[in-house]
Amino acid sequence: MSKNNGMTMVEKIFAAKAGKKQIAPGELVNVKVDLALGNDITAPVAIKVFKKFGLDRVYNPEMIVLVPDHFTPNKDIASAEQVKLLRNFAREYEIPHYFEVGRMGIEHALLPEQGLVRPGMVIIGADSHTCTYGAVGAFATGVGSTDLAAAMAIGEAWFRVPATIRFEYSGQLQEWVSGKDLILYTIGQIGVEGARYKAMEFAGPAIENLSMDGRLTMANMAIEAGGKCGYVQPDEITFEYLKGRTDKEYTPVYSDSDAEYEQVLTFDVSSLEPQVAFPPSPDNVRPVSEASDIKIDQVVIGSCTNGRIEDLRVAASVIKGKKVDPNVRLLVIPATQQIYQQALNEGLLTTFIDAEAAVSTPTCGPCLGGHMGILASGEKALATTNRNFVGRMGHPESEVFLSGPAVAAASAVTGRIVHPKEVI
Amino acid sequence: MILEGKVWVFGDNVDTDAIIAARYLNTTDPGELALNLMEDIRPGFAGQIEQGDIIVAGNNFGCGSSREHAPLAIKGAGISCVIAVSFARIFYRNAINIGLPILECGDPLSKALPEQDLIRADLDSGLITHLKTASEYQAAPFPPFMQEIIKRGGLFEYVQFRLGEKS
Repeated sequence: MSKNNGMTMVEKIFAAKAGKKQIAPGELVNVKVDLALGNDITAPVAIKVFKKFGLDRVYNPEMIVLVPDHFTPNKDIASAEQVKLLRNFAREYEIPHYFEVGRMGIEHALLPEQGLVRPGMVIIGADSHTCTYGAVGAFATGVGSTDLAAAMAIGEAWFRVPATIRFEYSGQLQEWVSGKDLILYTIGQIGVEGARYKAMEFAGPAIENLSMDGRLTMANMAIEAGGKCGYVQPDEITFEYLKGRTDKEYTPVYSDSDAEYEQVLTFDVSSLEPQVAFPPSPDNVRPVSEASDIKIDQVVIGSCTNGRIEDLRVAASVIKGKKVDPNVRLLVIPATQQIYQQALNEGLLTTFIDAEAAVSTPTCGPCLGGHMGILASGEKALATTNRNFVGRMGHPESEVFLSGPAVAAASAVTGRIVHPKEVI
Repeated sequence: MILEGKVWVFGDNVDTDAIIAARYLNTTDPGELALNLMEDIRPGFAGQIEQGDIIVAGNNFGCGSSREHAPLAIKGAGISCVIAVSFARIFYRNAINIGLPILECGDPLSKALPEQDLIRADLDSGLITHLKTASEYQAAPFPPFMQEIIKRGGLFEYVQFRLGEKS
């Protein structure tokens, strides 16, 4: 069946793992994974399944990462019991990568920061936004808890090799336009099913000039288009990012110049405005200029999508010297302890508090309607998060709009969804 | 395996927040999760379900989060099968892994079948029959490579088999 075709980055990663010279989309492989991640919602299910195997050890303790981030600091008794399960499991099975409250962060901001994800790796996580790590040139995808249990027991996972859609972005981004706007625009173009089961390759000059924080944001939302993964091929920006975060060897993998893509989509983003996803779907995307009569009650700046230092810097630069609208609650949630510390040192947190924002310890919190900022009926939020389905942040009769941090900060000041230009 | 049950009809893009809201994710018990199934989009649905009922839906069923609680809640409620035009990939994967039968049917059954009518679904051949009218619809049977996991009853059973091989 196979002639020697060029392969995409993901095809090559799978071929290498499966010990094959050539691999094609649709093939099934059962491969050893390099990293398997779980959190306080998904790992308890995985641990219960794992215990039924009756093993006295995990396949490889170094390969497992456990991060209690969704309902922490412990939201209630039930959540406390779930986190306790994680903690005890990590102790019992001697798993070094358990990140306790006070030392942790939101998993998809934490793992890249800690150098745990690198080019060429195969990474699974019992969380849909595991696709984030494609930004460093890994294959990374969300799986279920039983998959995590299987990886903890035998170190493997099954995959159907995905076909790849290549997205080429040309042009120079306007001021205030970020990775978040690129991915929202893309999802708006192709829909929540537009990349279902596919790998999304992000490429082109606009991506080559995008920082790692911006790339992490884009890859993070591949799942919202149904994508199996989203990735940026490694380059100088990748290598620079990894320096000092890891001393582990890695081998960058690249798509061949004659790789076969299912589709190639090209976008000239030189005149792209900041984008807003309207409720009730991440693909209900419009330019921010179409949102300016929408009044909001709460703004959230944070999450695995946009809680990194660049996001906080942008938000702080917009809001500096101004106050949050009296009818709005602004919640700022740095995504990791390190980012929190850095934001503190740079004076960003002072800027937010002076503006009358509420600043929180790292947590997923309000993003999934967990805690730390739930919405009442009839309330509208603008968030730098990744999903806005019905009831996402609280009451089923509340609504969530999605944007990047610059729009979020500006909107917190005006009480309406606005372009940062209106505030600066 | 042949299943027979009455259908409950849903539309496109039924996401995991709709299937089981995040506020219920501090339990892993399928029976408890089942009590809150589809609560935000169809209040009271959980109380209407009878053992063996079948969910029929449109495109992209189960989109959103990876939470295994979603298929667990559906299975825990006694739903015997979900038939959709297409499934989001993590939900599809989770359903197979926990042994919740699913079928992808190109014909939009959600538009053709009146709610609470009886259907028969043959999981091996993918044939679906609307009993009242004898209309037939063809769903895609599981690809051969999924058979091993399904034949064993789920991923857990498959891994047990692999662990047994080693010892």
